[in-house]
This record gives sequence, C-alpha cells and structure tokens, in this order.
Amino acid sequence: MAARGLDLILHGAQVKLCDKLKDINSNMWNMKQLEYGALARRANRIKDELRQGVRKPYKEVIDVFQGDLHGAGMKPLTFVRQVLAACVYPPLINSNNLPLDVRQRAQEELGRCVGGSVGSYSAAAGIPEIVHSISEFIKRRDGGIPSHPENIYISPGSQWSISNILNVLVNREASPRTGVLIPVPFYNKTVLSITQLGAVTVPYYLSEEQGWALQVDELQRALESAKGVCNPVALYVINPGNPAGYVQSQKSVQEVIRFAWEKRLFLLVDELYQDCVYGENCEFVSYKRTLSEMGPPFSGTVELASFHSVSKGFLGECGLRAGYVELVNLDPAVMKHIHTLSSKDSCTPILGQIALDLMTDPPKPGDPSYPLYKQEIEHIRAVLVHNVKRVHEVINSLPGFSCPPLEGGLFAFPRLNLTPKAIQKAKELGLQPDTFYCTRLLEEGGVFTGPGWEYGQKEGTYHIRFCIAAPQDVMEELLRRLSSFHMTFMKDFS
Amino acid sequence: MKSMYKITLQLQRCARDITNMSQQAVNGISHRGRVLTLDSMNPNVKRVEYAVRGPIVQRAVQIEKELKEGVKKPFTEVIKANIGDAHAMGQKPITFFRQVLALCSYPALLEDSKFPEDVKKRAQRILEACGGHSIGAYSTSQGIECIRQDVARYIEKRDGGIPSNPDNIYLSTGASDAIVTILKLLVCGEGRDRTGVMISIPQYPLYSAALADLGAVQINYYLDEDNCWSLNIAELRRALNAAREHCNPRVLCIINPGNPTGQVQSRQCIEDVIRFAKEEHLFLMADEVYQDNVYAEGCQFHSFKKVLFEMGPEYSNTVEMASFHSTSKCYMGECGFRGGYMEVINLDPEVKAQLIKLVSVRLCPPVPGQALLDLVVNPPQPDEPSYATFMTERTAVLSTLAEKARLTEQIFNTVPGITCNPVQGAMYTFPCITLPQKAIDKAKELGLVPDMFYCMRLLEEDGICLVPGSGFGQREGTYHFRMTILPPTDKLKVVLQKIREFHLRFTQEFS
Repeated sequence: MAARGLDLILHGAQVKLCDKLKDINSNMWNMKQLEYGALARRANRIKDELRQGVRKPYKEVIDVFQGDLHGAGMKPLTFVRQVLAACVYPPLINSNNLPLDVRQRAQEELGRCVGGSVGSYSAAAGIPEIVHSISEFIKRRDGGIPSHPENIYISPGSQWSISNILNVLVNREASPRTGVLIPVPFYNKTVLSITQLGAVTVPYYLSEEQGWALQVDELQRALESAKGVCNPVALYVINPGNPAGYVQSQKSVQEVIRFAWEKRLFLLVDELYQDCVYGENCEFVSYKRTLSEMGPPFSGTVELASFHSVSKGFLGECGLRAGYVELVNLDPAVMKHIHTLSSKDSCTPILGQIALDLMTDPPKPGDPSYPLYKQEIEHIRAVLVHNVKRVHEVINSLPGFSCPPLEGGLFAFPRLNLTPKAIQKAKELGLQPDTFYCTRLLEEGGVFTGPGWEYGQKEGTYHIRFCIAAPQDVMEELLRRLSSFHMTFMKDFS
Repeated sequence: MKSMYKITLQLQRCARDITNMSQQAVNGISHRGRVLTLDSMNPNVKRVEYAVRGPIVQRAVQIEKELKEGVKKPFTEVIKANIGDAHAMGQKPITFFRQVLALCSYPALLEDSKFPEDVKKRAQRILEACGGHSIGAYSTSQGIECIRQDVARYIEKRDGGIPSNPDNIYLSTGASDAIVTILKLLVCGEGRDRTGVMISIPQYPLYSAALADLGAVQINYYLDEDNCWSLNIAELRRALNAAREHCNPRVLCIINPGNPTGQVQSRQCIEDVIRFAKEEHLFLMADEVYQDNVYAEGCQFHSFKKVLFEMGPEYSNTVEMASFHSTSKCYMGECGFRGGYMEVINLDPEVKAQLIKLVSVRLCPPVPGQALLDLVVNPPQPDEPSYATFMTERTAVLSTLAEKARLTEQIFNTVPGITCNPVQGAMYTFPCITLPQKAIDKAKELGLVPDMFYCMRLLEEDGICLVPGSGFGQREGTYHFRMTILPPTDKLKVVLQKIREFHLRFTQEFS
C-alpha cells in the first residue's frame, strides 16, 4: 500500500540542454514537490495585504504552520537572551543592568571563544567546553550513563547533522540503492534529505488507532516490502513524534532497538521534542539510555545517532540554528571521516553554540537569574499543557474531526473525515483534499496550517498539522476560528 | 589533484590509539557486524580532505594542550596563521554591528540610553521583519525579504546602478553553504557525462572537498605564479579540452580576490573569463568574499555581475552565474556568525524552483547572520550618529591589513629560498619555498609531502601553524605554504622573522 505523496516520480531522462542549464542533479526532481509552497506564498501575501489595510474577516494570520515558538508569539528565555547580548557586545558585561550571573556566564562563554569574540570560528565539532557541557547534560539526563565528548558534533541545526550522517550512510554507487525506513507520518525535511541524497524511503506506518504506536510487525512488513527494491541500512525514528504527538514507552524503544539489532539497521533518532512531554504516565526515555541499559549484545553493537537542538523545548531558538548529534558504537575509522566532513563545513554559529550551552547548563537554584528562569519555564510548560488539553477537547467536539490525546511534541495532527463532496471539489481544483481544506482555512479563517499530505498518511485518510506552542489567547482564538470554519466547511460540503 | 599527503606514522598511530581507546570505552569490545563501515559508507566521503583544518592543525591543537599542561617548548604559544579568522588574531569587531545585534538579541536594551538612536532604529527594523519579533524565529528559507532587498540595493550601488532582483538573492550560512548548494544542484550525470567543475590551482580547499563529496570531476586550471598568479585564458582552454575526454565540464569557479594567492583580477581578465564561459557554455561561480580586501596600487575589485552587464545583453541575457559574498572576511571578520548570500543570474526558472526545495531542507540561514549581513550592506550613513566611529574602525582595519600585506611581501622576499608575489588582496600570502633535495628525500622517507614536512618542522620548532601548499594545489615540483596576514602587526613582524630564521636553518640542515 503506497503512502500518499511518497511515490517517487523518477525523472529518468535528463531535460535536453537548451539555452539555459536544465541538467541538474536528478535527485532534485525526486524531492517531493512542496505543495505547501503555494500555501506559504498565499499566507505571506495575505499577511502583506493585512499590513496594507485590506479588509478581511480577521485582523492577522495565525501562523502555526511550523514548530516555531517565537513565531507564534512565545517569548524567549530572558537569561538566554541576556547572556547572548553580553557576548555579542562585551561592554554589557560591565553593566549593572544585567544580573551578576548573566555577566559572569557571558564572560565564561567569551573566554572559550578564540580571541574572546563570538565572531571567530570554533573547532569544527563545536567549542570543546560546550561539547563537554552537552556530554554532561546527556549523562545527567540518562541517569549517569557516560557520554563521550568525541562522539558529539554540534551543527547548524539538527537537519544539518541528519543530512551529514545520511550522506555518510548513503552509498550512491551501491546497487541496489540504499534504503532508509521512515515513519508515516514523518517530518518532511528529513525525508527530503534522504531523497536528495539518492536513497530510497521505506515507509512504516504508525498505528493511528493505537495513538500512533510504533508496532514491530509493521517494521517487519516494511522491511519485507523493501526486498528487491532497495537495501535498507537505517531506521529513522522520531521520539517524541512529529507530527504525531506520541511519546514512546520504554518497552517500545527496547523493541525498536532489538529490531535494529536483529536486522542490522543503523538507528537515526530525532529526539528534538524530549522536553515536550505532557501525557499522564508518559516519560521521555532516550534511545541512548535504553540501549545502554539493555546491556550486551545490544549496548556494544547497535549503531545509533541521536539528534537534539535549541529549536524546540523551552528555548524555541529556531533562528539561531544549533543542534548536535551523539554517535554511539560507530566504527572509529568512519568517525575519522565524519570529523573531516564536518571540518569542511566550518563551524556552527557561535551564538547558537552558546544557546546550546545555556540549554544544557541552565541557571541553578541560588543563582540570581534562577527565579525568573524557573518562572518562565513553568509558564511555557503550563501554556503547552493547557493548549494540548484544549486542542484535544475542541477538535474531538467537532463532527468529522478527531485526534488522540497529545502525549508530547509540539504539534496536533488531527484527522479530518472529509465528505466525498469535499474530496471531489479538491480533485477539481487539482489539490490534495487536505491541502484544499488548509487553503480554505487560511483564506477564510486566517489560520495557516499544514496539510497531512506533506507528512505522509495512510491512503484515504486526511489530516492537518499545526503547532500547539502559542500563547493561550492565541490558541483560544485559533480554536475559535478553526471551529467556526470547520462547521461551515462541513456544512458546505455535506 | 595531488591532494594526498600522508601523516607521519607516529601521528597517525597516536591519533588512532586515542580514538580507538575512547570508542572502545563506549562501544564495548565487539566490532562485529557493523552496518556502517569503511566498505559500506559513501565512498565519496572518504575522499574529502580540508587542509585548512587538517592534520597540521590537529597537531597544533595538541601542542597547545601540551603547553597548557606545562610541557616545555622553544615557544610559549602557538600562532595559528592557518585560518582566515580575523577576530581570533585580535581584530576588533565593528562597534555599530555588535550594538545592533545585542539589541536584537535582548530587545529590552532598546530602553537603554547608552545606545545611539541609529543603532536602536536598525534593531527595531530588523526585529519587525522577524517572526514574533524575535531572532529566534525561523525565517523563510531564502532569507528575510527586507534583508534580501537591502542586499539587492547594495549590489546595485556597488555596481553603478545595474539592477539586482531580491528574488535572485539567497541568504546562506556563510558563503560556503551557498557554494555547496549550487554545486549540489549542478552536479549530475554518470561516467563520461559526470559534471566537471573547473577550479584554479591553487584553490581554497572547500571546493576540492565539496567536489570530492559530491563525486564531481575536478578540473584544474593553473594560475600563473610568474605573473602574479594571473589567470590565463589559454590555460583555461587547455584544461577544458583535456577534461572533455573524460567528463562533462559545466561549471567554472573563480575566486576573486584570490585565496590563497591574493591576486585581484583585472577587468580585462574578468571580461575574458565571461567570454570564455559563454563560448563554452559554462556556469560561472564567482567567489567574491574578499571584495573589500584590495590593497595593491592599481588594483581594483570588479564584480563579475557588473562586468557581465557592461558587456551588453548578448552576455548579460545568457551567461548563467552565481556570485558569493559573506560576513566572514573584508573588514567585518565575523566568521562565527555564518552570514552570507549568493546572487544568481539567468538561472532557469524550473531550476530555481528546485533550488528553493534544496535550501528549504535546512530550514533557514542563521537569523543573527542575516541581521549582520543587513548591517554590512546597509552601514551607517554620513548623517547618522554611528557614522564617524564606523568609518574610523573600518578604515583602521583595512589600512592595517594593507600595511601587513606590504610588510609580508617585503620581508619574505628578503629570504633566500622564499619568493613571494605581491599580496594584492584577500588575507593570505602563498610564497614559493625552495627546498633542498635532501629535505625532499627526508620527507619521502617519513611518508610526508615535502611542504607538509617543512610546515610540521616549523610548528614543532617555532610554534607557528601554517598550511602546506599541497593542501591548496600547486604545480608539480613546486612547494608553498599559506600564511594569513592577520596576526597583529607586532606579532606578524616576529612571525615573519621567525619563519625567515627557520627557513635559513632548515636549508642549512639539509644542504
């Protein structure tokens, strides 16, 4: 059963060389067409029109299309921004307007920068003290299991890291082609990377009926489907999920690790949302920790790459572009090449690296900035927990709309039960049915969401994705507009 | 390209032992059945080298550690003249830029009376263009629109009014990111049809690394060392014709002002290159990150875009090109911000659509870098409060660099066995060193390329870290090193003196 939107359109023949260069990397054509590109352009145009005073049924567009906390109105952490400002403009270190620990911290960070400036390059893998900080953070998080700095690489965002590791994994000269198992629904950027590198995606479906649970039988089926098509070498997992809001139980993580071990698959684990866990009885347990606790033969052999970043969680610093990968059980000879590969990329933006340090080594009780820091963190958490509840309530109260409880992550991925009439209309317009819904929602309701088709879903099902990290009043307004639009839409196409 | 140089056995073993030990500590003892091995991994990645941060730098870092631990050496610090990092060598950032960026980072500072009005205005303008008024929000993949507009205006002003379309501007994570993106797009075909990319020898090794990584064919064209590293069309033609035997040459890369050579191409030369590109249907990649770093009398930076358009519609409507710039060099030296852009000219609209797909994979370029770029292309104007300080600082940086360029050429040319072309621009010197045959033999014995042997010795004896010419490419039988001219003038004088003494010693030892 082919997933929607995952059919690879193999652009076999090169376009004839005419006046302009049309011959490009054929993988480009294979990368899924960004249908939402039209949606994004429309959203920007509407924003412009509103700025120019054009009258619409709403005063502003609620943009919850991406997992962009600040973009949706959430505030950055004061401590983080104060330290960054002082690092950027060191005379502020002598300013009494900034708390003492901020100034000391900025001084410390600058001391680690070559020439005492955030304008210098750092070592390719990252500022060594910050890499060390990250390893300590991982160790603390994982109950004392050691994490080695030489296995950690900082990069300009997690996608950069993921594509670097994929680049090492995907052997373009191999026949059959390299395959990567991906969850459906998936995070579309990673899948674009996989396709761009010339690898084949092998979808495994998360079970919507079971709250998007990952089932080993389904992994097995997916692996079997790859026979004769490609050579699967890696298994890509997102935990907590994106766009589906699940948090894997420890048992589930163990099952996946066991499967990877049995079938000789490299584990690529996106753990960006590890700080976003809401469900009762839900707990984030890292793959690294679980792997280690499973002991031999797993702990010493399963190759694992775990990814994290400053973009999500409480920091929400998407624009700073900083993340890291921790590599476990990799061949030392391969590690050397990974090191060289990362060196040609120069280094991660220094401000982003400092933000990573502040994320992994935040203010502690007793520090002057701690009370405010704690208050801001708790506020963000409270907003997310509240939003998650409200979204679940409101969506499930609407006919033709349903979603399981959001256990974690930053998105809602509710299911739309579209009527045949609506589906027909979409077809007439040459749009995927959920894109059609999202387009109408944008135009009429001023809410910018993503169509499920972008993220993959079972054939014949439709979803939308939207970020739930927005201030409470914005979320309430979103839900009000969404409800009103949805009722009208369902009525129009009944 | 003869880019393979071997590391001494000792170093290699040392490095491997360290890696193995730590890996084993994490991995346990079993290495059986790995998915990712040297055999299974992408073979292209194995071919990637990047000399600027390569083995000699790794040794330099090791030595620094040893110094810190109190190990006695003939020097007290390692001078890292290997990388074009101005701030690392003590160059001060431009006050105006840092003030605006501080306010962007922590907008509460907008209330602070210590910041000039123009700084506040700029910060506000940038923040207004950011999602949620925060530099922490994603921007569009192509980069914040008003910043791209400012970049377009800057290009127009620089190029005497020739229009620049913001839609053709793509902000990036440093120029390197944009360069690699275009190469990713253009490299295609199999076997004899595989894309060939022309690059100068010597070159900045990002190009060779990227080409190796992408499995593209590198086509070397030699710059003329006897004529101040000038570019010769006949040589381009020779290289191209030879390459046509085994690949499909489609791209011509040129770095102007040059790295590592520092040459500033004449306008005539640029015209000739453009004409050549049109005749041979080549995509031009113009790396212009050192465009403000021009020192020599009679030299001037001419942008490829400007020259292209001044050559008339026959060229400006047809030649496909991408020009690159960044915030890392010139007078800003803000490498750590990773700001940059490319301007694409005459790109097929369908190909542009694919380009957008490609840049969207990494979401967006760092927003602080975008903000910094905005300030660089839109600096303080004469009627603004920050103008005087800005101009003083900018002039100081550029004039100091010019002075150091002169000093370097002068001193190196007094050393028998070192010949140094004028440093016309950029930030480096790439002198030719004459090595005694005995030294070359000794290097071979140790499994090292001769200039690596030379540079390693210099590092061990004087604590000066340079990059051997073999890392950049050079004519067979010639040897060079690349040194930055970035250390503060006093320190630079000492460095030049020490290299002089080392060279004489070395020559003497192997005579």
